[in-house]
Amino acid sequence: MSTTATLTTAPASAPVQATDRWYPLRRTTESLLAPAAALAAAALLFSVFLLFLGASPADFLDLVWRGAFGSWFSLQNTVQRAAPLLLTALCVAIPGQLGLVIIGGEAAVVLGGLAATVAALPLLNTSPIIVWAAMAVAGSAMGAFWIGISGWLRARLNVNEVIASLVLSYIGLALFNHLVEGLLRDPASLNKPSTYGIGDGNMLDTVPWLDVHPGLPVGILACLICWVLIYRSSFGFASRVTGGNIRAAQLQGLPVTKLILLACAIGGGCAGLAGAIEVAAEYGRANASLNAGYGYTGILIAFLARFNPLAIMPMAILLGGLGAAGGLLQRRMGLPDATIQVLQGLIFVSILASDTLYGRFRWFQPRGGA
Amino acid sequence: MKPPNPTSLSRRRLLRGTAGAAGLAAIGLTSEQARAAKDLTVGFIYVGPKDDYGYNQAHAEAAAMVKKMPGIKVVEEEKVPETDDVSKTMESMIKLDGATLLFPTSFGYFDPYVLKMATKYKDIQFRHCGGLWTNKDPMNAGSYFGYIGMCQYLNGIAAAHATKTKKLGFIAAKPIPQVLINVNSFALGARSVDPTITTSVIFTGEWSMPVKEAEATNSLIGQGIDVVTCHVDGPKVIMETAERRGIYTCGYHADQSKLAPKGYLTGAEWNWITVYKQFIADAQGGKPIPNFTRGGLAEGFVKMSPFGPALSEAGRKNVTAVKAEIMKGGYSVFKGPLKDNKGNVVVPAGKAYPETAIELESCNYLVDGVVGSTS
Amino acid sequence: MEAIGTVLLAMLAGSLRVSTPFLFVSLGECLTEKSGRINLGNEGVLVLGAMVAYATSYETGSPWAGVAAAAVSGLLLGGIHGAICSLARVNDVAMGIAIMLAGTGIAFFFGKPYVQPSATLLSGIPFGFWSDNAQVRNALSVCPLFLLGIAAAVALHWCFNATRVGLRVRIVGDSQDAALALGLPIDRTRFLATACGSALAGIGGAFLSLYYPGSWNEGLSSGQGLMAVALVVFSRWNPINCIYASLLFGAAGALGPSLQTVGITWGYYLFYAAPYIFTLVVLIITARGGKSLRGMPGQLSIGR
Repeated sequence: MSTTATLTTAPASAPVQATDRWYPLRRTTESLLAPAAALAAAALLFSVFLLFLGASPADFLDLVWRGAFGSWFSLQNTVQRAAPLLLTALCVAIPGQLGLVIIGGEAAVVLGGLAATVAALPLLNTSPIIVWAAMAVAGSAMGAFWIGISGWLRARLNVNEVIASLVLSYIGLALFNHLVEGLLRDPASLNKPSTYGIGDGNMLDTVPWLDVHPGLPVGILACLICWVLIYRSSFGFASRVTGGNIRAAQLQGLPVTKLILLACAIGGGCAGLAGAIEVAAEYGRANASLNAGYGYTGILIAFLARFNPLAIMPMAILLGGLGAAGGLLQRRMGLPDATIQVLQGLIFVSILASDTLYGRFRWFQPRGGA
Repeated sequence: MKPPNPTSLSRRRLLRGTAGAAGLAAIGLTSEQARAAKDLTVGFIYVGPKDDYGYNQAHAEAAAMVKKMPGIKVVEEEKVPETDDVSKTMESMIKLDGATLLFPTSFGYFDPYVLKMATKYKDIQFRHCGGLWTNKDPMNAGSYFGYIGMCQYLNGIAAAHATKTKKLGFIAAKPIPQVLINVNSFALGARSVDPTITTSVIFTGEWSMPVKEAEATNSLIGQGIDVVTCHVDGPKVIMETAERRGIYTCGYHADQSKLAPKGYLTGAEWNWITVYKQFIADAQGGKPIPNFTRGGLAEGFVKMSPFGPALSEAGRKNVTAVKAEIMKGGYSVFKGPLKDNKGNVVVPAGKAYPETAIELESCNYLVDGVVGSTS
Repeated sequence: MEAIGTVLLAMLAGSLRVSTPFLFVSLGECLTEKSGRINLGNEGVLVLGAMVAYATSYETGSPWAGVAAAAVSGLLLGGIHGAICSLARVNDVAMGIAIMLAGTGIAFFFGKPYVQPSATLLSGIPFGFWSDNAQVRNALSVCPLFLLGIAAAVALHWCFNATRVGLRVRIVGDSQDAALALGLPIDRTRFLATACGSALAGIGGAFLSLYYPGSWNEGLSSGQGLMAVALVVFSRWNPINCIYASLLFGAAGALGPSLQTVGITWGYYLFYAAPYIFTLVVLIITARGGKSLRGMPGQLSIGR
């Protein structure tokens, strides 16, 4: 009963007029054009910035193309960087459906990686499949638990989740460092404190033929599953209805507490899994390398994708590509490493500002019926 | 052809058809590279900013000298994290810039990134700063590193001559062997002058965290410490804070005398140009580049900053005299009987560990006279 | 016993040293949030302010010109946040993160040439002139910005409670309907509150680069701007409480290094995390399940 009542109040799910069969297509067009326009605006602004500095925007574009997409190597480089970001972006996007802003994914990644390593250590002599399964379960469980704390604090005590997740990410990183350099340290890891390794035989290989990070297929799969979850399941529907106004949803009788906990656990699980994959595919052990900022970049991607798991993929590619091109820009144009950050900032500001374009143009709106 | 050792190279990578990498005696230059020897492209990769007044600057200053050498093109990238990013940077330098000699300068770049890339690109020479290479690793990779502990020992001597409170401070990033050797050497240097001197150590837990480093400096000064030195990536803030509070400083990594003109006593500096010059001359001359090279003061891998005005004549004499002894070679700072600060014997009587001693590689204690603990 | 005293003293000194940036950013954030908007971008403002202040002081030789320039840079960056968030459907939390990224990016980009040179710094006011003891003199040398911050807190408190402007900001922040009914310019008020709030945050940045630690580099801020958002929550949107919150947070931050100077090195990572654990505990203790917090502006997006 209550769900039918909320149907009309939820902005994202306004009923489509049956007579306007082209509306879904126009809505999709709108959601593609708005960010495209924003990207163009950011590019324009950045060109002005470059001209002001006496650098050539054309050279810049050429180098970004060559560094990020122009060759098989560059493309691989881009995709490689994008892979872990898919999962960490989901850590923000899933709770985001409920209007929650979780910015503590970094701690879920490192603690997930640590838990995965610890879970793998007693199983090293079984088989790689068992090791990987244990790592995946332990990593996601740890991530789910850590982000779940923020969710629980929000749902039960009404502690703001932005602040809670931020503070918890500092605490989580401290805990990680404390354990890796103390209790869980392999005494043989002399100058780079690390845990014991999972062994070469238990490492995940890169994707055959493509030679890319194994996190890529997992990340893509996770994005697809999360998309189905959000747009084709009752959990997703209830979450989107709740989105933005938790109190109203509570009044309408939705199980908000359960939704928040579930969303935070799924999101945190994704980030924890990202940590587990990094350990299994890259480092073979947990150490400070895990704290690579994937959790923070994931926040940007989730917002750029407007929390849509399908849109996370191109956005991760975009940011991965900028990262890949960054080095070339430093070396060829003598631009400082912060150049990419300025560009990212501009893109981010203008894409978020483009949210205001939605609904401004009549052509994209539902027609007929009346 | 002997297969590479599976402990250093993962088996899966081996199976991918890269077997025999280490067996190839490909330490020299291939014919293709020899032709291009006139125009050698060298890549430098730094973990932090090039102008940090510290670890990265020490490398970047040497790179700037390399840049002036004829026939050399230098490509540089700063702030490359110790993650897969660095493999991609190396690969990008190789593929897009045509670099054939790479210097990934941060300790954490070696395993697995340099190893992975060296296996993948057998024609390219990789020389990593950190002394981690063993003869089980790919032959086109290698290590260079400097023994800087002796310089910290000399720092300690200088500090002992300057201190009035008999309390010295050491701000360290992490309790790892490289750092602990420096802390211990500094404390031993000071105690060689006056055995009542203590050295308090603070671990910040991070290689670069200016606010924490400033706070640590102030905390130490609050305890009555009047000479401070450090082992973090960028000592700038520590030197400036100490100078402002009117205490003495001993530098680390690079020359920081400009930051503390009044209180700077002397400093322990890297002198990487020695290594780079030799490696590049080898590469240009078509000779094999050494796979493993380490050196200290005598070899010119490290050097001392010029004395600051605050160091007394007696202090200068003492430092100069000990330095001359060290330059003769075979000098040992860690001489038995030596106890750690918990009372355990770490160097038995009659033993002495010179800087090259393998026992020091796993140093995990703080010697008697250091206030603090390693865990 | 003596060790405990030493640690407590060090925490006191530490809290006086490091609290000022927290104070300025939390005051700025408090002003912005009172108008019903949240600005996570103050972290970026802090970094930009630090860079601009240092560069200006270096170029002009006057640290106070640097402080002024930092305030102006904050005003501009905050103005951008305020203006864009006035557009319909733009999420202020997300835009704050964008401003944070853009602000730090711009600061790092233009700050490169100022990492090496030494600028003229602000000098402390020597309240310890009567003592011969260098430690006492140092402990009592107070940064003029700290005093300015306390004055700003008092002024802001007075402004909210006793002036028309303050009342308007509060109405706009508490109830959009009431503001509409009274014909108050909602968007303009929020725009100005955000811009002015960020100007304060910019001054906080000037403290970092021109007083303590007194140097410009890219690692200068360790999230002070973000933590200020938490400080505002537990100071209950009261400017006077912001002073206490900043001092407490600063003291917690000094715990780690001061314990180590007395020889307690175990678990230093955990001790360094003390301010965050402290914040979390305070948030939990003061939380009121299901209800909004006392003093929280009704229109704040994070409260809904």
